[in-house]
Amino acid sequence: MHYFNVLIVDDEEDFLETIINRLKKRDIDATGSRSGEEALEVLKVKPFDVVVLDIKMPGGMDGIDVLKEIKKLYPLTEVILLTGHASVETSIDGMKLGAFDYLMKPIKLEELLKKIAQAIEKKDAQEQKVRSVQIKKLLRYW
Amino acid sequence: MKKRNCQTEKSVVYLDTECLIPYMKCAFKVSDSFVKTLLYKDLQRKMLIITLVVSFTPLIILGAMMYYQFALTLKDNTEEQIKYRAQARAEAVDLFLKERTAILSAMADTHIFSEIIREENLSSIFRVMNLRAGAFVDLGVIDIKGYHRAYVGPYDLKGLNYYDQPWFAEVMSKGVFLSDVYMGFRKQPHFIIAVRRHENKESWILRATIDPEILSDIVRSAQIGRTGDAYLINRDGIFQTHPRFTGKILSQSSLNTSQFGKRVTAVTLKNSQGRELLYAGSWLKNDKWLLIINQDPAEQMASLFAVRNVEFIIIFIGFIVIVITTIFTTRLAVGRIQQTDTRMQELNAQLVQSDKLAALGKMAAGVAHEINNPLAVIIQKTGWMEDLLAEEQFKKSRNLDEFKTSIKKIEEHVDRAKKVVQNMLGYARKMEPKLENVNINDTINQTISLLENYARINNIETQTRLCNNLPIIAGDQSQLQQVFLNLLTNAIDAIGKNGLIIVKSWRIVSRICISVTDNGVGIPPEKQKNVFDPFFTTKETGKGTGLGLWVSYSIIEKMEGTMRLESSIGKGSTFTIEVPILVPERK
Ligand SMILES: Nc1ncnc2c1ncn2[C@@H]1O[C@H](COP(=O)(O)OP(=O)(O)O)[C@@H](O)[C@H]1O
Ligand SMILES: [Mg+2]
Ligand SMILES: [Mg+2]
Repeated sequence: MHYFNVLIVDDEEDFLETIINRLKKRDIDATGSRSGEEALEVLKVKPFDVVVLDIKMPGGMDGIDVLKEIKKLYPLTEVILLTGHASVETSIDGMKLGAFDYLMKPIKLEELLKKIAQAIEKKDAQEQKVRSVQIKKLLRYW
Repeated sequence: MKKRNCQTEKSVVYLDTECLIPYMKCAFKVSDSFVKTLLYKDLQRKMLIITLVVSFTPLIILGAMMYYQFALTLKDNTEEQIKYRAQARAEAVDLFLKERTAILSAMADTHIFSEIIREENLSSIFRVMNLRAGAFVDLGVIDIKGYHRAYVGPYDLKGLNYYDQPWFAEVMSKGVFLSDVYMGFRKQPHFIIAVRRHENKESWILRATIDPEILSDIVRSAQIGRTGDAYLINRDGIFQTHPRFTGKILSQSSLNTSQFGKRVTAVTLKNSQGRELLYAGSWLKNDKWLLIINQDPAEQMASLFAVRNVEFIIIFIGFIVIVITTIFTTRLAVGRIQQTDTRMQELNAQLVQSDKLAALGKMAAGVAHEINNPLAVIIQKTGWMEDLLAEEQFKKSRNLDEFKTSIKKIEEHVDRAKKVVQNMLGYARKMEPKLENVNINDTINQTISLLENYARINNIETQTRLCNNLPIIAGDQSQLQQVFLNLLTNAIDAIGKNGLIIVKSWRIVSRICISVTDNGVGIPPEKQKNVFDPFFTTKETGKGTGLGLWVSYSIIEKMEGTMRLESSIGKGSTFTIEVPILVPERK
């Protein structure tokens, strides 16, 4: 697989820290954000291929708000939702809003990696499509 | 290593279970049917008493008033009556005496002395008098000196001198004389009427004796009843006629004549035997004799007692009727109240049950979040440890395997916790159940086959008695399967080894019923209401979660069905599900 980067957004510091460490150990370019606002700041600076987003975060924006924002600003960025509670509904809402999928905490890293891989695949396909459309457009002009 | 991680402390969230306590309390409220029964009894008693008091008080007051009024009127009436009778009798006696006096005067006035002293003349006069008036016993002529000059009658009284007798002087001065009854020479009670005649400056007296028996007859006709009496007495209270009871003619009566006023008087007096009697006295015209009628008021009161008895009977019958109807109506009323009460209670219980489950669902969602986050951290931390252990420098560590197995164990237990939470969330998920075409019997059979092996090992036989024309319904097959699975595993657990499970299905109009019966240990009555509560389990830790029935109940409830339980200790249990038939939409 080619290079990609991941942004993990979760208010649980222990969780965040550990998962970043583990991803990094697997040579994945992972960055962590402790809140939705912080994540959006980070995204402004640097684009990310995949964002793993906790739905329930105390104070400020929750996962769904952040998701909406991301999809508006960076439609090609894939978002995987994490949920710690019952709210499958919210997760489904999230998917309607364009999230790639959702995972229920606690998760094994392997599961997360699998989902990330799928997301990257989808993103690649999407980008491929976009590119070919653009090429077609260009060709038409020619 | 006891290093404390400060960061984890932040993530401890205090779950506010306190606020759920009232919920729980009301949900687990003890059945207070005993207290209720007492209350109903009390209510019925109060209603009964109030109604009875309200209806009896006027009844009794009315009865008493009527009785009193009647007694009063009756007494007045009796007095009036007896007075009237006394007066009428007195008038009759007066008339009798007046007639006798009149005829005697007429005889004296129409005859002269020289003629009248002749025996044959006197006896013809006597005959005429008795013919016209009667009751004369004898007739005599007395001259101015008091000598009895002529006499007709049964006694030999001729020649006797009456000059010294007190009546002689009286008749001479007043012209008419009526004696009291006395014995006289004849030794026979009698009384006399004497009239004086002036003839040529000489006076003579015509005197007649009258049998008082005739007076007695006249008076006696006023005697009434068994105890009534009527008689004449003189001013000194001496009987002038034969009384019926107390005494004889010429004996002293117990009456004091001064008690009787001028004309007719009624008094109540005690007689010699101490009985209260009603007396009416009427003075005769001559003012010498008093006509007395007496009567036992009690005898007259007999009619009063009759009235009273009728009244008692009416009141008594009224009493019985009122008591019976009151008991009947209060029973009815209290019964109605009780019915509605029970219905309300049942409704309440249902509401409480679903409220409870809803509340617990919310709680479950909260709990899930609070548990899943730490679990997520644990899993990552152990993962991190595994990652690190994979590094070169640890490869040589003596305890490497120990570490690895410990980590595996931790992960296993996290997995277990995760499952519990997920089970709980199975309910808490608000997602509507899927609607697919479900064949209940197939679902039952599939579920049974899942457990077949396990059952066979434990020598548990599973029989099915399924209704073979159940309709296909719309529902969530996997949820239904979960319900059957829960019931079957519970049944197997209840049996342990060697037993029988019977699964039945049948149809009641628009509902399908499924029952699972086992011959296992059964559930004690006091625990029956708890088995549907989450986390209620009697199984050892690790084996039972106490969520099976809770989740099943919620699933059935969502299908708008019901689930109930019958069980007796030692004999086994039957769980019965009833779900409405929801016809699948045609596509
Ligand atoms: N068929 C049964 N016979 C006897 N007891 C039962 C039966 N089904 C349920 N119970 C009782 O109800 C409890 C709760 O059952 P459940 O909610 O399924 O939880 P679990 O099976 O995990 O204990 C059980 O622990 C058991 O005591
Ligand atoms: Mg969170
Ligand atoms: Mg069970």
